[in-house]
Amino acid sequence: MQYKLTTPVTWEDLALLKAGDTVLLSGVVYTARDAAHKRLMELLDRGEEPPFPIGDSAVYYVGPTPERPGEVIGSAGPTTSGRMDAYSPRLLDLGQTVMIGKGARNAAVKAAVVRNGAVYLAALGGAGALMAASVKKLEVLCWEDLGCEAVRRLEVEDMPLTVILDTCGGDLYESGPAAYLGSLS
Amino acid sequence: MRTISAAEITAAVARLCIRANTVLPADVAAALETCRASEPWPLARETLGLLRDNLDLARERNLPICQDTGMACVFVELGQDIHIEGGFEQAVHEGVRQGYGEGYLRKSIVGDPLRRVNTEDNTPAAITVRIVPGDTCKITVAPKGFGSENMSRLGMLKPADGVEGVKKFVVETMGLAGSNPCPPTVLGIGIGGSFDKVAALAKHALLRPLDEKNPDPFYAALEAELLEEINALGIGPQGFGGRTTCLGLAIETAPTHVAGLPVAVNVSCHVTRRATEVL
Repeated sequence: MQYKLTTPVTWEDLALLKAGDTVLLSGVVYTARDAAHKRLMELLDRGEEPPFPIGDSAVYYVGPTPERPGEVIGSAGPTTSGRMDAYSPRLLDLGQTVMIGKGARNAAVKAAVVRNGAVYLAALGGAGALMAASVKKLEVLCWEDLGCEAVRRLEVEDMPLTVILDTCGGDLYESGPAAYLGSLS
Repeated sequence: MRTISAAEITAAVARLCIRANTVLPADVAAALETCRASEPWPLARETLGLLRDNLDLARERNLPICQDTGMACVFVELGQDIHIEGGFEQAVHEGVRQGYGEGYLRKSIVGDPLRRVNTEDNTPAAITVRIVPGDTCKITVAPKGFGSENMSRLGMLKPADGVEGVKKFVVETMGLAGSNPCPPTVLGIGIGGSFDKVAALAKHALLRPLDEKNPDPFYAALEAELLEEINALGIGPQGFGGRTTCLGLAIETAPTHVAGLPVAVNVSCHVTRRATEVL
């Protein structure tokens, strides 16, 4: 199934998504990678305001290439999500609803996804030019010293994504290969 | 004795950084298309089609194919009859600095592995030099992303493990990597040498075009067997499932010690980049 969704995505919408479905996502998405997540945790530890509201947020694990003059963004495919596994459960428990990246997540993240009714979506790894085409607006929110890892607010239109982890515990990285192998026998 | 200037080397490296990151080598693009055409699983075929669209878009819009424009791995085959006027290594680093700046490429290098401050110009390059006969200087820039680099493995096997042990290690490496290295992958495999040498062999093996067979029929057959076993894992493009898990792999070997069987697998992605110029 393909769904067209707009952020903030509602719990009802999220509950419909199943591993293997595709999503065209529009609306606001925040970027953060390892270094930004680390700072975000430190900030939450100190009880300070995060740079963007965590509740209902969609986060994209991306460090784009610098944009050429006149362009919105450079190349902008996903980075490996597993490096954010240490941080994601806390953010999901605070209400983050959508994570966008690529690659497998650990058991703690999977449990937090199910516990909170969130989803983990994959962008196309290594397809930075294609992913960039859906970004319509970019604003650096904070931590500019982190360069490509600075937190950015993106406005996206029909960003092509695939559901990996769904609210029922489905995992496309397990079910997808299993279905293909099953088709051979 | 022929003289070339450090400035010529800098200019060539800068050009190569930009070209490698914008246009995929023809053999890798062709392998993607061949695999797409023969992929039996619909979602996998569709995904490979999107990867092809990405290549077209990158070329048309002059954008990097992938946002991880990598660590600049620079391989130089330097003719022994060449004299370089100026500092050689500085010239290469300067080329990387210029190429990554002018090409709007991402700066992904931290100056220290633990204190982690970005050098902000993607230097230093990782330079490998070989002195060869002749009076030319062949420079290859092979930017390496770390989504796949992080999935690479090295094993000091026992001689008794033999060819089966090597096969098991390589296939296991791809299985462990799963969806992380942006499959379909390209694998560089080193066998033999020493602990450090085997990793260098694996990295260098990634430079061999995918449409070129191993000149040694024994290893050519081993490569074919490994490719088939890996593509039976079912991981598929992006890890979504399918046949196309690996586009191609290359083995490089070196003599080793009676007591050892080192093996290294350098995992690379469907954006396995390299560009070459001869000065």
